[in-house]
Amino acid sequence: MSEVKNPLEGISKEATAKLIEETLELYPEKAKQKRAPHMSENDPDDSGCAIRSNKKTVPGVMSARGCAYAGAKGVVWGPIRDMVHVSHGPVGCGYYSWGTRRNLTSGTVGVDNFSGMMFTSDFQERDIVYGGDKKLEKLLTEAHELFPLAKGMSVLSECPVGLIGDDINATAKKMSGELDLPVVPCNCEGFRGVSQSLGHHISNDTIRDHIIGTREYQEEPGPYDIALIGDYNIGGDIWSAVKVLEAIGLNVKAQWTGDGQIEHIAATHQVKLNLIHCYRSMNYMCKVMEEKYGIPWLEFNFFGPTKIEESLRTIGNFFDDKIRANVEQVIAEQKAKMQAIIDEYRPRLAGKTVIVFVGGLRPRHTIGAYEDLGMKIIASGYEFAHSDDYDRTYPELDKGTLVFDDASEIELEKWVEHFKPDLVASGIKEKYVFQKAGVPFRQMHSWDYSGPYHGYDGFEIFARDIDMAVNSPTWGLVKSPF
Amino acid sequence: MAEKKLRQIAIYGKGGIGKSTTTQNTVAGLASIGKKILIIGCDPKADSTRLILHAKAQDTVMDKVRELGTVEDLELEDVMRTGYREIKCVESGGPEPGVGCAGRGVITAINFLEEEGAYTPDLDFVFYDVLGDVVCGGFAMPIRENKAQEIYIVVSGEMMAMYAANNIAKGILKYAATGSVRLAGLICNSRNTDCEAELIEALAKRLGTQMIHFVPRDNQVQRAELRRMTVIEYSPEHKQAEEYRQLAKKIFENKKFVIPTPLEMEDLEDLLMEFGIMEAEDESIVGVAESA
Repeated sequence: MSEVKNPLEGISKEATAKLIEETLELYPEKAKQKRAPHMSENDPDDSGCAIRSNKKTVPGVMSARGCAYAGAKGVVWGPIRDMVHVSHGPVGCGYYSWGTRRNLTSGTVGVDNFSGMMFTSDFQERDIVYGGDKKLEKLLTEAHELFPLAKGMSVLSECPVGLIGDDINATAKKMSGELDLPVVPCNCEGFRGVSQSLGHHISNDTIRDHIIGTREYQEEPGPYDIALIGDYNIGGDIWSAVKVLEAIGLNVKAQWTGDGQIEHIAATHQVKLNLIHCYRSMNYMCKVMEEKYGIPWLEFNFFGPTKIEESLRTIGNFFDDKIRANVEQVIAEQKAKMQAIIDEYRPRLAGKTVIVFVGGLRPRHTIGAYEDLGMKIIASGYEFAHSDDYDRTYPELDKGTLVFDDASEIELEKWVEHFKPDLVASGIKEKYVFQKAGVPFRQMHSWDYSGPYHGYDGFEIFARDIDMAVNSPTWGLVKSPF
Repeated sequence: MAEKKLRQIAIYGKGGIGKSTTTQNTVAGLASIGKKILIIGCDPKADSTRLILHAKAQDTVMDKVRELGTVEDLELEDVMRTGYREIKCVESGGPEPGVGCAGRGVITAINFLEEEGAYTPDLDFVFYDVLGDVVCGGFAMPIRENKAQEIYIVVSGEMMAMYAANNIAKGILKYAATGSVRLAGLICNSRNTDCEAELIEALAKRLGTQMIHFVPRDNQVQRAELRRMTVIEYSPEHKQAEEYRQLAKKIFENKKFVIPTPLEMEDLEDLLMEFGIMEAEDESIVGVAESA
């Protein structure tokens, strides 16, 4: 499957540079200057192609970004299933984001699963004027009475809480004592930072300050204990990943935070290795655990058999001959099945082109899965990445490929018009724009209500879904009225 | 009969300068010549109406909101009281210091009063008595579009009071550019400092306005306050009562509404030095401790 990457016809550094120039022409002068450093033609040999990232979105353009609260509630804290997560502030932030992320969970709702519920302090005028601390105390007490089995509570601040300066830290500390339960205050007001990325960081810091090291596993620590970090179980991804890791003989002691349990997370300081899936949202805690407890961490990628094999061998090499042997056995066992998938779908997908624009790690991690099916990434970008994400992306892409940061709708339209890709893999805001234009599209934040796409089990579903999107006869029936 | 035009007046000034006392005595003066007035206290301390109502503190808009749950459940009669000479009184109220958002309380209360029709056609004046420092947007609410159009600043010959007055003039300037709010004058509430009247006259001139009245210091004000009364009600014949009646009359007749011309900090300090309030600056002593 490993083949030399040949740039697609028509894609070169020069051609992409010209496209970028044309794209920037769509903007007025000031916006042009702001956007120019956020897109570049890829050149893995030249560190000079560094993309500017993690900067404020240009006002007036349509951005796909979220806010710090979204990063805290939707990404890091929300998926922990045995806690009550409180959206602290007016009702809208919690209510309208309720259930939108598809972080699947196990357990019984109301007993050991509260992740699918929506708790909010529903601020009124009087809470703004007199402060919401008293209401928060009451809410936490009532939630504990209603759901005594919840193992903890997170308090996720919405904007007004920060504006009026409410001290949720003091309230959380007091209530944590009264309820004898972890109550974690998270100052993730949406106005902080330039995207959801700061919300991830703030949430990591609260895990560091309130959770890590506060519990221990009942069983004796073993040599193959690991934690799976930064997998939020979108469409069941973490279950599929855990299956592979257990197959090679590792014990996944904690899931951060997809289908996660707070007491397992709290004891993660006892594991031997942290395996990190979404580097962007949880590298902070990996580094904390490395410094404080000496736990090493490894990045891995379970999208598509090529990357799975590569990652499994890297993981195997971290451990010992026993795990290495298990890795080879698992790879051998899966080989025929993976080849059958490729044999079925590759003939229909080979040479098809993809534009990827998502968050977290997917703009680089999913590349291998498309390539296993013979597809080509012609442009890839992140919503809220930092420079260390881009550094990890350049080597994964062909020279000359368009790499971009925090793209706006007008840029994406321009590029889709230019490249005429066979698939756009992006988010909900982009979906209908391109589907209406007759371009095959997959909503790759939630796996378009499908999944899992991770692990061996996921690749089969991924291949099926991509084939379904790209080769659907629907697109031939769409006629532009213009 | 020509329709009466409601005049909305806001009183600002440094904390502790005597805004509430001056406002209530002036309002009592206007009431004593038959004017219909509504006082709106815009300060969480809620002490803008006690001399009119002879009360310790009335129920505030925000207190009732807290009690009832939402502002929608509140009725005007829950929070409006009538005191001396039919003066109507409302306090916005708000949180104790250190929690919540007092500024939002002012906005909530004024919106409520407007929606509930507190500004009835029979009124001649609405007076807003506002917390000393315009620390955020909420306390600027009374001077926003379609609210108070005349601002009086209570000031004394003390340095910090004049600094505050100049800063308030800057705030008025900002809103005057886009709306109809104007500075109507300085009210000097005397602290018996040297050349006080001349100094405030000079400051008023520099701000482009007038010292509308010089209210001398008199202990009769305190004697009346102990009885939770205005001087005008407690001792209408006293000379201090006459001072407030004069101030009321001047406000009633006032036509001088200006866009203020606030001073640069340097000019203000020059003015203070000119009157001997501040000593000439000696850079060599700046930042040097006594023991050095």
